[in-house]
Amino acid sequence: MSKISLKNLRHSYEPEPGPNSEWALNEMSVEWSDGGAYALLGPSGCGKTTLLNIISGLIEPSQGEVWFGDDNVTHLAPDHRNIAQVFQFPVVYDTMTVYDNLAFPLRNRGVPESEVDLKVREIATMLDLNDTLLTRASGLTADGKQKISLGRGLVRSDVNVIMFDEPLTVIDPHLKWVLRSKLKELHQRIQTTMIYVTHDQTEALTFADQVVVMQAGIVVQIGTPVELFERPRHTFVGHFIGSPGMNVLPCELEHGKAVYGGLVLDVSNPIGQQPTGARLEIGVRPEFVSLSDTGIPVRITKVSDAGRFNIVDTQHGEDSIKLLVPSGHDLPSDTVYLNFDPAHTQVYADDWMIS
Amino acid sequence: MDRKTTHSKAWLFVLPVILLVAFNAVIPLMTVVNYSVQETFGNNVFFWEGVKWFEAILTSDRFHASLGRQMLFTTIILLIEIPLGVAIALTMPKKGVWVSVCLVFMAMPLLIPWNVVGAMWNIFALPDIGLLGRTINALGIDYNFTSQPVAAWFTIILMDVWHWTSLVVLLAYAGLNSIPDAYYQAAKIDGAKPWAVFRYIQLPKMKRVLTIAILLRFMDSFMIYTEPFVLTGGGPGNSTTFLSIDLVKIALGQFDLGPAAAMSLIYFLIVLLVSWLFYTLMMKDEAK
Repeated sequence: MSKISLKNLRHSYEPEPGPNSEWALNEMSVEWSDGGAYALLGPSGCGKTTLLNIISGLIEPSQGEVWFGDDNVTHLAPDHRNIAQVFQFPVVYDTMTVYDNLAFPLRNRGVPESEVDLKVREIATMLDLNDTLLTRASGLTADGKQKISLGRGLVRSDVNVIMFDEPLTVIDPHLKWVLRSKLKELHQRIQTTMIYVTHDQTEALTFADQVVVMQAGIVVQIGTPVELFERPRHTFVGHFIGSPGMNVLPCELEHGKAVYGGLVLDVSNPIGQQPTGARLEIGVRPEFVSLSDTGIPVRITKVSDAGRFNIVDTQHGEDSIKLLVPSGHDLPSDTVYLNFDPAHTQVYADDWMIS
Repeated sequence: MDRKTTHSKAWLFVLPVILLVAFNAVIPLMTVVNYSVQETFGNNVFFWEGVKWFEAILTSDRFHASLGRQMLFTTIILLIEIPLGVAIALTMPKKGVWVSVCLVFMAMPLLIPWNVVGAMWNIFALPDIGLLGRTINALGIDYNFTSQPVAAWFTIILMDVWHWTSLVVLLAYAGLNSIPDAYYQAAKIDGAKPWAVFRYIQLPKMKRVLTIAILLRFMDSFMIYTEPFVLTGGGPGNSTTFLSIDLVKIALGQFDLGPAAAMSLIYFLIVLLVSWLFYTLMMKDEAK
């Protein structure tokens, strides 16, 4: 078990990438500490599976290095990296029993049969597979098969990292929750680094201690779920995480202060000297917008019931601003005024938070 | 109220298929059944013989001999064509321009009419003017398929392998291509050696197409007629007289319609029984 470092990593699927190539992954350096639970979150096609396959060794990066602890593993094949991977669609060896499936990685590595038996039974107990141990794996349901895929990673004691590539895609909704909590429980028990790829923010935020948000081949932010929510470093993180996403409004700069709708706004991040020509925006989540007697004048255009809250859509000139209002709260029908919580309002220059 | 009787017109809709099956399968088969239990000397005069022809065929040494040759031939070509077809499919490229080139090459023998295949191989294998025959003789091996039973068998088997292995290749290749990449990636991570990948991923995933391939090759080779008829005519002697060739000799050569009809039915039942047994056994696990 060891820390995983990605150094100046970059990848293109073109055989000999030049400066004008399309990069599936733009240059990045990331460190994953030993024993962490990470989620790689991003929309489809953002490069998260590419990144995962580079870590597992199924893809060799065009540039940069992958280090497991003190070893450079960039050019090592997957079976020499001591990793385990659970794929989107369950991979089981159909003709084998559940037991043989779990024993397969150990037998391939020449582990003595007595040890194999101990380990397989231990993992089967952990995953609640004991009852089906001697049945053919092909007869199992999707969640059972996915547990086997996971189990094949868990039986090996030398595993540096277990990777999950959208593992709950084919699982029934009511079982997703069960498997997710099982994973969380397993992580706490075995303390192996886990990297979980998903485009579902609920899965990412409930599973991971640290969420890595990716967009268009760039890691836009790494942080705890709370950090991603309260201080999105990039407007994309603001949009992608949270429901509804963050309000992003064009603003101007006057005397080092953000100005929106003619009002000077207090913001949480200090605005220093900004290069001229940068596109400036303020971002504030609907949770931190409130109705007030003074402030930004807006017109209410739509109210949608979201259970404990109403999502209120308002319009200020060209911009629409969403806010959350507790259910049962009376809403005035004509012009209202909005207030942004200064502690949770950030200024962004060209989509990146100014820091 | 009985709903079933209210739609008696529905029978009209299935009538075409009933007629079709009747005229192309049931009625011809019944005429064979008719012949198999009677004796005729022409002029549509028939004498009832019961199961006499069946007894005669089942106890005839001639039938046993051709059935034996037939089973040996089918067994040999299955043992060669199935593993060879799978092996070729495994070595074929997965993507790129060579895929189409390989597929076209593979499909070519399948596109040649059967009697042409027989004629081609006849000329190809002739010891005096054929490329193959001359080459083998030039190597110092005495080879003449028109006079040596072993040489005749060798030639027929080689011809069948050339003609039909492609079918197994194409089916196996389709089976291999349907395996998702994740299986190979998982196997790599699990440290599986190439043999284990073949044994636990590729072979199980090819099971269905291979079942079909074996069935098709069994039925086709068990009923083989045209190619050996053109190549050897069943000789030298009776050494390559397989069931179909023998059947035609009895029916059209000797005009023994009764025994030929009985033999046809026995022949048909053997093919049906073996195919059914094989398919049922192969699909037993699938149904679970």
